[in-house]
Amino acid sequence: MAERKIKVIIAKPGLDGHDRGAKVIARALVEAGMEVVYLGLQQTPEAVVRAAVEEDADVIGLSILSGAHMTNFRKVRELMVAAGLGDRLLTGGGIIPTKDQAKLAELGVDRVFGPGDDLQEIVEYIRRNARRESA
Amino acid sequence: MSKTSNAAWKKRYEESGLREADFTSISGRPLQPLYTREDLADFDPDAGLGLPGDYPYTRGVHPSMYRGKLWTMRQFAGMGTPDQTNERYRFLLEKGQTGLSVAFDNPTLYGLDSDHALGAGEVGKTGVAVDTLADMERLFAGIPLDRVSTSMTINAPAAWIFAMFLANAEKRGIPFAKLRGTLQNDILKEYIAQKEWIFPPEPHLRLITDLMAFCAAEVPQWNTISISGYHIREAGSTAGQELAFTLADGFCYVEHALAAGLDIEDFAPRLSFFFNSHLDFFEEIAKMRAARRIWARAMREKYKAKNPRSWLCRFHVQTAGCSLTAQQPEINIVRTALEALAGVLGGCQSLHTNSMDEALALPSEKAVEIALRTQQIIAFESGAANVIDPLGGSYYIEKLTNGLEEEAERYFRKIDELGGVVKAIELGFFQREITRAAYEYQMALSRKKKFHVGVNDFVNPGQTLEIPLLEIDEAVERDQVAFLRRTKSERDNGAVREGLEALKRAAAGGRNLMPPLLECARRYVTLGEMSDELTAVFGKYREQPFY
Repeated sequence: MAERKIKVIIAKPGLDGHDRGAKVIARALVEAGMEVVYLGLQQTPEAVVRAAVEEDADVIGLSILSGAHMTNFRKVRELMVAAGLGDRLLTGGGIIPTKDQAKLAELGVDRVFGPGDDLQEIVEYIRRNARRESA
Repeated sequence: MSKTSNAAWKKRYEESGLREADFTSISGRPLQPLYTREDLADFDPDAGLGLPGDYPYTRGVHPSMYRGKLWTMRQFAGMGTPDQTNERYRFLLEKGQTGLSVAFDNPTLYGLDSDHALGAGEVGKTGVAVDTLADMERLFAGIPLDRVSTSMTINAPAAWIFAMFLANAEKRGIPFAKLRGTLQNDILKEYIAQKEWIFPPEPHLRLITDLMAFCAAEVPQWNTISISGYHIREAGSTAGQELAFTLADGFCYVEHALAAGLDIEDFAPRLSFFFNSHLDFFEEIAKMRAARRIWARAMREKYKAKNPRSWLCRFHVQTAGCSLTAQQPEINIVRTALEALAGVLGGCQSLHTNSMDEALALPSEKAVEIALRTQQIIAFESGAANVIDPLGGSYYIEKLTNGLEEEAERYFRKIDELGGVVKAIELGFFQREITRAAYEYQMALSRKKKFHVGVNDFVNPGQTLEIPLLEIDEAVERDQVAFLRRTKSERDNGAVREGLEALKRAAAGGRNLMPPLLECARRYVTLGEMSDELTAVFGKYREQPFY
C-alpha cells in the first residue's frame, strides 16, 4: 500500500509581501516528498482554511513577518476547529518574538520557526507532527 | 611579473595544502585564489574607469566624492501613529542624522485605509500609518521640510502619498521648489520581489510617468523614483541578479517615459537607485561600481542623453537585513559595520545602517543609535572618506566589476528575448530566478558549505535574548482608526466627492493625474478613497503564486 504523501498548505496571510521564507520552505517540503499547495500572498484566514478543507490538508503553515501573527494564527485556529480540522497541524514562521510564541502555544500552535532555523529541522518537525489523530 | 613567475607561484600554491572550504562568493561566484595584471590584460582603465565625476563614473559620481560632501546618513524609520514617528524623527535629527526616511505600514503601502479589514492587526506595525493629509501634518510637525531632505519608501500609492506631502508643504507655506527628497515609486521591483502593488503594470507605469512630468515642472529638486535592488536581494537574489534586474527596471522606466513624450534630459537627472550591501565585501563594492558604469553607458550610448547629469547612477545603500540574525543579535553590529563600509567604498550617496534587532522587531532607540554611530565611525574615524574609490585599480576589484557587468549584460539579453521587463514579470522569470537562488543559498547553509555565525555554526546553545525590543501597542490601531473617523467627519464631504469625480475623469482620460490627486489630498480625501476610485478605472493585479 502506497503511503499517502503529507499534504501541506503554505500561505501568506494579510498584506505582508515577504515571501522568501514561504517559498524556500515550500520547495524544501516538496524535495522531502511532501505535497505542497502554496496559496501565495494576501490570503484571508477564511481562504486558507477553505483551501485546507478542499485539499484535505494535513498541515497548515502560515508565514508572517508583519507583526500580525497573533491576529492571524488565532483566527485560522478558530476557523480550523469550526471546520472540523482541529486535529491538523498548524505551524508557521516569520519574525515572531519569543514571548508571543508562548501565547501561540496556548492557541495550539506548538512551534513556529524563525530566520536561521535549519531547513532539515523544519522538514522533520512537520513529518513527525503531521499525523492526524483520526488517521 | 612574467607568465613564468605566475606559473611558479601557481605550482607552489597548489602544493601548499588548502583548507576544506568553499571559496565561492556569497552569490556562488567562482573565485581565483589570486588576481594579477594578467586578469586585466584586455582592460583599458581610461575607457573602463575614467576619473571620479567623469564618464563612465566607475570611480564615483562626483569629482570630490566624500571630501566634498559625506554621504547622507539616513535611517529608515516609522512606527505606530504619525505622532510616535514624529517623535522618532526628532530623536534621530538630534543625534546627528542628516536626512529623513519614512517607513509606512503595510495597509498604507497597499493604499488601504487603517480601518480596512485586510489590514487588521497590521496598522502601525512595520511602519507609520498615513490615511489623510491630517496624518502627513502630524508626521512632519515642527520638521523644517525646506532644509531636511525626506525619502519616502512608498510604491503602489506613491503618487497620492506624495500629493499629501505636497499639500502639507503648501499649507505650511514651503515652496515646492525648495523640497528635496526621494520617492521610492518603483513598482517593477514590487512585482518582482516586494509584492506590494494595486493595479496591473501599465496603469502603474503611467502614474510614474505622470509624476516624473509633474516634478520636472513643479518640484525640480525631487528624485521621482528610486529604482531598487534592495528588495530583490532581500528576496534572495544573487549580487549579479540584483544588479541586472534593477538596471533592467531602470531602462524600462526610461523607455516608458520616452514613449510618453518626455524629454530624457528633463527626467533622467532625477532618477536615483537603491542597492543592498550584503556580507560579501568585495563583491558588493564591485557591484556598485559596475552599476555606475553600465548605467552611464546605456544612458549615453543607447538612450542618447546629452547632459552628463542624465548619465549618473546616484544611489542609496542599505545594509542587508536578511544577513542579520535573531541569534546573538549583538554580533549584527559587526556585520552591519562591514556592509556599511562596503557601501561607502562603493561610493553611495546616502546610507541606512540596520539595527542589531532587525531580525526581531522594529529598532529600539538604543539599537538605532548604535547603527547611526556606526556610520559616524566610518565617516570620521576610519579614514575611509579621505580618498576617492580607494580600491580602484585592485586587480580583484576591477576583475569582479567587469565580471558583474558581463553577468548583467547576459541577463539584459535574456530579458529582451522574453519580450522585456513587464513580460518577464508576467512569465514569472525574475521570481523563479530569485527563488532558485534563495533556495540554493539556504541549502548551502544547511549543508555547511556557507556559514552564518551563531546560526549554523558557533551557536550559543540555550541562549536567551538579552536586548530590549520595541513593541507596538495594540492600541495604535484603535487610535489610528478613531483619528481617521474623526478626520472624515470634520471635512467637507461634498468637496471630497467632487475631488474624486475629477480624479476618475482624469484616470479614464489621458490627463496627468498629479493635479487631481493633489486637489484630493487638499480636501482630506483618504488614501483608500483615492485607491478605490483609481481601481474602478484601472483594475486590480493578481499574481500567479510561483515557487
